[in-house]
Amino acid sequence: MPNMSLKKVEMPEQDPNVRNKNFKEVALGYTGEMAVEEAKRCLSCKHRPCVSGCPVNVKIPEFISLIAEGRFEEAYLKIKETNNLPAICGRVCPQETQCENLCVRGKKGEPVAIGRLERFAADWYMAHVSPETPDIQKKNRKVAVIGSGPAGLTCAADLAKMGYSVTIFEAFHTPGGVLMYGIPEFRLPKDLVQREIDYVRKLGVEIKTNMVVGKSITIDELKEDGYEAIFIGSGAGLPNFMGIPGENLNGVYSANEFLTRINLMKAYLYPEVDTPVKVGKNVAVVGGGNVAMDAARSAKRLGAENVYIVYRRSEAEMPARLEEVHHAKEEGIIFKMLTNPVRILGTDDGWVNGMECIEMELGEPDASGRRRPVPKKGSEHVIDVQTVIIAIGQSPNPLIKATTPGLETQKWGGIVVDEETGATSIPGVYAGGDAVTGAATVILAMGAGKKAAAAIDEYLTRK
Amino acid sequence: MFEILEKRVLNPDVKLMVIDAPVVARKAEPGQFIILRVREGGERIPLTIADFDRNEGTVTIIFQEVGKTTRLLGTLDKGDFILDFVGPLGVASHFENVKSAAVIGGGLGTAIAYPQAKKLHSMGVNVDAITGFRNKDLIILEEEMKQASNRLFITTDDGSNGNKGFVTDVLKKLIEEGNKYDLVVAIGPLVMMKAVSNLTKPYGIKTIVSMNPVMIDGTGMCGGCRLTVGGETKFACVDGPDFDGHMVDFDEAIRRQAMYKKEERQSLELHECKLGGIGNA
Repeated sequence: MPNMSLKKVEMPEQDPNVRNKNFKEVALGYTGEMAVEEAKRCLSCKHRPCVSGCPVNVKIPEFISLIAEGRFEEAYLKIKETNNLPAICGRVCPQETQCENLCVRGKKGEPVAIGRLERFAADWYMAHVSPETPDIQKKNRKVAVIGSGPAGLTCAADLAKMGYSVTIFEAFHTPGGVLMYGIPEFRLPKDLVQREIDYVRKLGVEIKTNMVVGKSITIDELKEDGYEAIFIGSGAGLPNFMGIPGENLNGVYSANEFLTRINLMKAYLYPEVDTPVKVGKNVAVVGGGNVAMDAARSAKRLGAENVYIVYRRSEAEMPARLEEVHHAKEEGIIFKMLTNPVRILGTDDGWVNGMECIEMELGEPDASGRRRPVPKKGSEHVIDVQTVIIAIGQSPNPLIKATTPGLETQKWGGIVVDEETGATSIPGVYAGGDAVTGAATVILAMGAGKKAAAAIDEYLTRK
Repeated sequence: MFEILEKRVLNPDVKLMVIDAPVVARKAEPGQFIILRVREGGERIPLTIADFDRNEGTVTIIFQEVGKTTRLLGTLDKGDFILDFVGPLGVASHFENVKSAAVIGGGLGTAIAYPQAKKLHSMGVNVDAITGFRNKDLIILEEEMKQASNRLFITTDDGSNGNKGFVTDVLKKLIEEGNKYDLVVAIGPLVMMKAVSNLTKPYGIKTIVSMNPVMIDGTGMCGGCRLTVGGETKFACVDGPDFDGHMVDFDEAIRRQAMYKKEERQSLELHECKLGGIGNA
């Protein structure tokens, strides 16, 4: 008999007032009993709507029924058939707009907690089984993958399993891309990312760090070096600023810089490590996406008393996941909605000491379908802050475009690709993830990496 | 891991290292920089490429021991390894239609001015090199600069080399004596680059400066290195590090340079303290 409870089995979490002072993971995960109980809520529908909501088509009802039977290892292997990074997806996927959004149980009550179950299976496997490296028939053909974030890791792993000799070129000293430098430890523990990277290495993938493609080496040179196909998964590594006065004052960070200092360089351990980060008594984070939530919650953990999310639309339009907004509020982040910065104010020696904002109201829908915010005359006011973090989005990094003649890009920098295959305007060169779409999600990048791997295999088989 | 093939002490604070880095050497050009991390837990610091040898696959860096990271780097010897070394980053210096140039190095900036002088000199440009130091014991690259220029003028703040003054004094005198320059390259402390730019502006002499702000990735990702040039925000790592000295907002750059002063001092003090205690922790 299915468990007909209308609510998901709750997942234990660190207490908000404890966790907002540490960088340990917020959510603690299901126990085996909890997982079985939640798995029993799944009706194993024949038409499997959840699967079509998943960018990598995880066999959801199948893995959940294995959990319900207590067959945790098999459940994990079932997920792994189509998803290379289950422990990561179980944590950072926006399930509420994907698989869980289509769950039949969600029509009346809460959907099955697919994400939590995926996470459980992955964590259980990591704790109990040491993964075997599959037996791979080597093809002796070289493929280069640029970037070791979710798109690159997925593409590389899939190609390696098919027998290709894959080399990843990573600009930073540590592989992982946004999983390492962007998403904080408290949402995605780095040792877990490291394990996934280790697994990709076990598949035979070579990862070359400190290689900035476009600078250290170009796409054309990679071809000369014998790489028969190339996948570009270089991400959206160019921070947008607002273009308002005061953005170059000391104490103003791009979210990229702020989070990279904390996550990749581990500035929260300073002075144990050498990279510092500065957080004032009051911090304003400008923006309403997941990155803004990550920055705000990190600032709080670094000791800021008051952390504001300053967003020009209303909470309903915020692109951040509901769960992140909920967690941020629990941790004491203050939401200043319908508020837009006009300029950042500074001391004579160049340090932030305030941010002038104007109140907004919502007008007609704009091109994005969301109601356009319009400033309210005379509503200017100053909020007392010493640190401002700009989290209003990123654009694709132009380094590769600038050094690759013939690579077509959109006006805003995104690489133009065939949606089905990821093929770019250059034969043999594929792309996917944020480098194509602009800042999006981990799972979409993984889906693109997966598609491109299949297309590269087809291309090389034909060649 | 990147091996240190050679180490030379240029003055008590300034060291030169030749690093085995074929990937960087293959594409390096004057004006570009590298980012290195000495060891696990270390910070990423940018250093301008002082020289390179494509055949040997080596890159030369010259650094002054001012903070914990450079101090730590200075303790390494020939045969030791640097954990991370990435580049070449930034845009290479671009010289066109130059007949006569003044290349100016202030202190450690001389190390970065040197490859520029060398390149210009090799292009057949008439190069007057001017280098300035606090005192005569700190003079570096005298022979190299001589080789890379038609004339070399060395000044010291205290006059201990017999030529008291600032680099701007020499440049001003040369210009007033009727020397015609169509390019000035000024590399050194921000205040010096600002002074040179202010001096050349009324004469309308194109002046290139090399900016070296705080940065993390060096690929345009963090935006920490931003500065205002001609009223626009630029990233030193991808738009520079060379900029038109007459357009750079030096006062802002000087303020931004102070952002981590306190932390830099704290790191250094803790480091020195450990060195004085139980060895190289």
